[in-house]
Amino acid sequence: MYDIPHHTQETAVTDVKIKAKDVQVYYGDTHAIKDVSVEIENNTVTAFIGPSGCGKSTFLRCLNRMNDTIDICRVQGDILIDGEDIYDKRVDPVQLRAKVGMVFQKPNPFPKSIYDNIAYGPRIHGMARNKAELDEIVERALRRGAIWDEVKDRLQAPGTGLSGGQQQRLCIARAVATEPEVLLMDEPCSALDPIATAQVEELIDELRQNYAVVIVTHSMQQAARVSQKTAFFHLGNLVEYDDTSKIFTNPEDSRTESYITGRIG
Amino acid sequence: MTDASMDSVPVKGTLTTVDARTKKRNAAEKRFKAYGIVAILIGLFFLVVLAVSILRSGIPAFTQAEMQLEFVLTQEEFDAAESQVLKTKAYENIFITKLQDALTEKGLTVAFDAAAIERLLGKPGSTIREFYRANPDQIGQPVTFSLPASSRVDGYFKGRVSRDTVVDSRFFEASDLDLVDALADAGIIVRNFNWNFITGSDSGVDHPGGAGIGVSVIGSFFMMLVVLALSLPIGVAASIYLEEFAPQNWFTDLIEVNISNLAAVPSIVFGILGLAVFIQFMHLPQSAPLVGGLVLTLMTLPTIIISTRASLKAVPPSIREAALGVGASKMQTVFHHVLPLAAPGILTGTIIGLAQALGETAPLLLIGMVGFIARAYPEGVVSGFIDPNSAMPAQIYTWAARADAGFYEKAWGGIIILLIFLLTMNIIAIILRRRFERRW
Amino acid sequence: MPLLWLILLVLAIAAGVFIFARARVLAQSGQDRRTLHSLPNYYGSNAAMKSAIPALLVLVIWLIAQPLYVNTSVSGMIPDTAIAESSSRSLVLAEVRRTAEGLDLAIATGNMTEDEARNMRADISDVTQRLSDAGAIVTSQVTQPVLRAAQQFRVLNATGYQIMTAVVLLIAIAGGLWGVRETRPEFRARNVVEQGICVLLIAAASIAILTTLGIVLSLVFNTIEFFRLYPASEFFFGTSWAPSFSGRGGASDLGILPLLWGTFYISIVALIVAVPIGLFSAIYLSEYASPKVRAFAKPMLEVLAGIPTIVYGLFALLTVGPLLVSVFGDDGLGWMQAGTAVMTAGLVMGIMLIPFVSSLSDDIINAVPQAMRDGSYGLGATQSETIRQVVLPAALPGIVGAILLAASRAIGETMIVVLGAGAAARLSLNPFDAMTTVTAKIVSQLTGDSDFASPEALVAFALGMTLFVITLGLNIFALYIVRKYREQYE
Repeated sequence: MYDIPHHTQETAVTDVKIKAKDVQVYYGDTHAIKDVSVEIENNTVTAFIGPSGCGKSTFLRCLNRMNDTIDICRVQGDILIDGEDIYDKRVDPVQLRAKVGMVFQKPNPFPKSIYDNIAYGPRIHGMARNKAELDEIVERALRRGAIWDEVKDRLQAPGTGLSGGQQQRLCIARAVATEPEVLLMDEPCSALDPIATAQVEELIDELRQNYAVVIVTHSMQQAARVSQKTAFFHLGNLVEYDDTSKIFTNPEDSRTESYITGRIG
Repeated sequence: MTDASMDSVPVKGTLTTVDARTKKRNAAEKRFKAYGIVAILIGLFFLVVLAVSILRSGIPAFTQAEMQLEFVLTQEEFDAAESQVLKTKAYENIFITKLQDALTEKGLTVAFDAAAIERLLGKPGSTIREFYRANPDQIGQPVTFSLPASSRVDGYFKGRVSRDTVVDSRFFEASDLDLVDALADAGIIVRNFNWNFITGSDSGVDHPGGAGIGVSVIGSFFMMLVVLALSLPIGVAASIYLEEFAPQNWFTDLIEVNISNLAAVPSIVFGILGLAVFIQFMHLPQSAPLVGGLVLTLMTLPTIIISTRASLKAVPPSIREAALGVGASKMQTVFHHVLPLAAPGILTGTIIGLAQALGETAPLLLIGMVGFIARAYPEGVVSGFIDPNSAMPAQIYTWAARADAGFYEKAWGGIIILLIFLLTMNIIAIILRRRFERRW
Repeated sequence: MPLLWLILLVLAIAAGVFIFARARVLAQSGQDRRTLHSLPNYYGSNAAMKSAIPALLVLVIWLIAQPLYVNTSVSGMIPDTAIAESSSRSLVLAEVRRTAEGLDLAIATGNMTEDEARNMRADISDVTQRLSDAGAIVTSQVTQPVLRAAQQFRVLNATGYQIMTAVVLLIAIAGGLWGVRETRPEFRARNVVEQGICVLLIAAASIAILTTLGIVLSLVFNTIEFFRLYPASEFFFGTSWAPSFSGRGGASDLGILPLLWGTFYISIVALIVAVPIGLFSAIYLSEYASPKVRAFAKPMLEVLAGIPTIVYGLFALLTVGPLLVSVFGDDGLGWMQAGTAVMTAGLVMGIMLIPFVSSLSDDIINAVPQAMRDGSYGLGATQSETIRQVVLPAALPGIVGAILLAASRAIGETMIVVLGAGAAARLSLNPFDAMTTVTAKIVSQLTGDSDFASPEALVAFALGMTLFVITLGLNIFALYIVRKYREQYE
C-alpha cells in the first residue's frame, strides 16, 4: 500500500482504504459538506453519527458517487480509494460502484424474484461465465447476507414478498454479490423492528471480516454496538473522528459530548 | 492492495482504466440514450411537418385573385343595356369593351372573346348590373369593380395550376393563361386578401373561390355557448357533489365508473347518442347548433368533471376545517371558500374542455351538420341556436370531401382559423394557470 | 319563441317570490335579524326554489313527453292504406311533421290563414302548391290522410302547449305561495335550501349515468331492430361488406369482419408507430432530459395531442397519402394504388397517439420509486441497465395499460380513417391497400339519405354497439391494470 498517511493512529492490523481530503459538497447554493477530511480503514466498521441534516448521508453518498445522479450536486476535494481519486475524469462511476457497494435506508428489493435480485449485479458486471457459477455466486451472497436458510427453498419467489428485515438482508446480500471492497450503509436499520435490527447488526459485524464497512446511523447505541471508529458530523462539518470507545467515553469536542449526552440533535 | 481473505474475487483493475466490458456497457448506454433522443426528434419532426403543411397549403386560402377594373358607365350605356332583352349579357359586353380600352391604354394587345372572360370570371354582367341598379347615382362616376377570378385562375397564381398541367375544358383553356398573364402585367388581375374567406359562407360545389368559413364560425360559436352554459354548471355541480358530499356507497361508485368510462368512449358513439336521442326521439331540429352543443356537452362533461375534481382536491382540508370551525355549514364552506379557491383551476379545465369540443368533428357528422350547406348568417340569437348551420370542423370536412381541388386549399385555410381559435383558448388557459396557480 | 318567454316568466315569478319572502321574514323579525334562524336570503331562496324548480322540471318532462304522445296518437290516425308500398309508417310520420311545419310557415308568411290551415282539404284545394309557394320544403304530393294527420298534429301540439303553459305557471305560483307561507323567523330555511342544493348536485352527478344509459339504450334498441331485419349471425360472421345503395334493403351484405379487420390493422400500424416513439420519448424525458429540455420537448409533443382529429384527417388525405404514393405508388415500388390506405391512416393515427403514449408512460415511469433506481445504481448499473432491467419491468403493467388505452383510442378514432383509409371494405394483408373501419362505416351509413328504418342505416347502430363494447372492455381492463399498478407503489 502506497500513500501511507504519516500521522494516523498506530494500529498495526488496519490499513487505510478510503482517504478523503478537504471535501466540499454543494447542493445548488447550499454548502452541505464543509472541509471534511477522514480516513476510513479496512476491515473496520466506521460509523457516521450526527443530528438530522448534518451531512453524514451526503458524505456517504460521495464515496460511491451516488450524488452524480443528482443534477444540482457538486463535489470538490479529493476522495481516494486505494490511492486512486474516484472523482478523476477517467474513473467510470459504474466500475466504482461495483467496488463500493451500498445498502439503503429503506429496503428496496427490485420487483423480481429473490434469485434475480441477487443475480442482477453479477449479471450486469459479467461475473459469471455460466449458470452454475451464477448459482454459486447467488448462494454465497445469500449466505453472507445471513438469509440463505430462510429463502433457499423459494428463490423464485418475489423479493418484495419478504418481511422488512429479510428484505434488508436481501439487499445486503445483493450488495455483496458484486464482490465489493467497501460497503456503504445508509441507516440500514431505521425501517426495521428491534429483532430484525439485531440480526442486521450481527451481520454487519460479520461483514467486517471482508470489507471496509461505513454505516450512517441515527442511533448512538447502534454506533457503539457495531463500530470500531466513529465520526461525528455537525452542520456539514466533521467535528470529531476517533475510536468509537473514545468518542463515547471521552469526546474531545464539547459538541460531540452534547450530542452524545442528548443535549443537541 | 491485496485482499487475502477473498479467494474467488476476480482480479480487479484500477479504477482509472476502463475495462472492455465497461466500455461495451457504456456504448450500450449511449445507444439507449440516442434512441430516446431520436424518438423525441421524430415526434418533433412530425409536428414540424404538420405545421409546415398546414401553413404552406392553408395560407393561399387567405388570398384570392381578383380582376380590378375602374371605368365609367354613362347614362346612355345604362339605358341601352337596360333596354336589351339579355341584360346581363349587355353588361358583360360593356365590361369587355371597357377591359379592352384599359388594355389598349396600357399598350397591350391581347385578343379575347366573351367566352374567355366567362371562363376567367364567371358572369361579370350580373354583378355589374346589380351594382348600378342599387346605386344609380354612381352612373357617370368612375367605379372600381373587384371581381373574383375563377378557381383555375386563382390556382394559376398560387402555383396549383401550371401551363403543363392545365387541361382544356369548358372551364378553362391553356390559351387563357396568355390572357391572364397579360392582365396580370397590366395590373388588372391582382392577388388580394380574401376577406370573403373569413366572413363569407359556403359556396356551391363547383365554385371554391367564393367559399368562406364565417357562417360556420358563427355556428361553432353558438355551439360553444350551449356547451359552456350547460357543461360548466353541471360539471361543477357534479364535481362538488362527488368531491365534497358523496357518501361512500354503490351509487357514488356507479357515478365514478360512468364518468371514467365516458371519458374514454369514442366520440362517434356520442354522435350516435345525439342522433338517436335528440333527433329521432326528441325531434329536435337536425343540423342545429343546439343539438351539436348538447352532444358536445355530454362529451365534454367527463373532461370538465375530472379537472374540476382535481382543482377541488387541491384545496387543502385545513381551509374546510377553518370554515367549519367558525360555524359555517358544509354547503357554505364549499361555496364560500373551497369553490372560489378552486375557480382558476376549474376555469382552466373548462377552457381546455371547450377547446376540445370546438375541434371535435365526428359526432357532428351524425347529427347532420355536414350535409347542410351553410349559406346565410342566422337572423337572431334564437335562430342562431335552432336554424341549421355548420360548424368549423364540419365545414372543413365538407370541403375536404369535395372533388374540386380548389376546396382543399379552403380546408387547410379553415384549419388555420380553427387552430388560431384553439391556440387562443389554450394560451388563455395557460395564462390563467400561471397567474392564479397556488401552491399550498 | 313562447318557450323562452315561459321560462323567463317562471324565473320572474321565482324572483318576485324571493323578494317577497325575504321582505316578509325581515318584517316579521321586526328588523332584528338575530331572531331569524337563517340569513334572510335563505328564506327568499327557499321560496324561489320551491317556485322555480318543480315548474321547470314539469316543463322539461312535458316537452319530452308531449311529442311522444302526439306522435302515437297521430300515427294511429294514418290508415294502413295510406302507407305506400315502398314506404314505412315512420316515413309517413316524417312527412306529416314536414307538412305541419309547412302549414306553420305558410301562416307565418301570410300565405294562409289559421282557419284555412285547420280546415283545408287536400282533395279540394292544391295544398302542395300553396305550401311550396310559402317556401316550405315539400317532397311529395300532400295527400288527404297526411294533411288530416298534419292538421291533427298541429291541433294536438297547440292545445298541448297551451295546457303546458297553464300547468307550469300554476305550479310556479303554487310553489311560490307554499314557500312564502313557510316563511317564519323560526323556519330552518338554510337547511331546507341546502338540502335542495344537494339534490341539484346529485342530479348533476347523475347525468353521467343518464348519458351512459342513453348511449346503451339507443344502441341496444336500434341494434335489436337491425337484427330483426338482418340475421345476427351473418352480421358477426359475414366476410363481405356490400350495402346496397337503394336504402331499401334487399341484396345488402352487412358482414362486420372486413370492417373489424380494417380497424385492427390500422390500429396495429398506429401502435407500431406510436408505442416505440412514445415510450422512448417518455423514457428520455423522465430519466435523461435536463429540466430545460423537458420543459421544451414535453409540451411540444403534447401539442400533437391538442390538435383536432379533423386536422390529422386532412393531413392524411392531402399530405401523407400523396407522399406515400410517390414512394410506394405506381411510379415507385408499385405497391400502392391510391393515397388512401391502411398505411396512410395508421401512420397519421400513430402520430396522433405519440403524446398519448408518452405522457401516460411518463406518469407511470415517474411513479416507480427512486429507491428502486438507487438500489440499481448502488450496484454499479448504468442508467440504461437500470431503466431496462429495473424501471421498465416495474412499470410494465402500467405501460401495458397505457398501450391498451391508446389502442382503444385508435379503434374509436373516426376522422382520420374517414378521410385517410379509403372506403372499400376488404380483407387483405397489404398495408398499402385501402380498407375501411367500423367508425368510418358508421359515418357513411348514417350520413347518407337512406331511411332510418332500413337495415343499411340500422347496421350503423350494431356497428356502434360493437365499437362501444370493444372500447369499453379495453378501457375497463386498462384502467384496472393501471389502478392495480398505482396501488402497488402507494
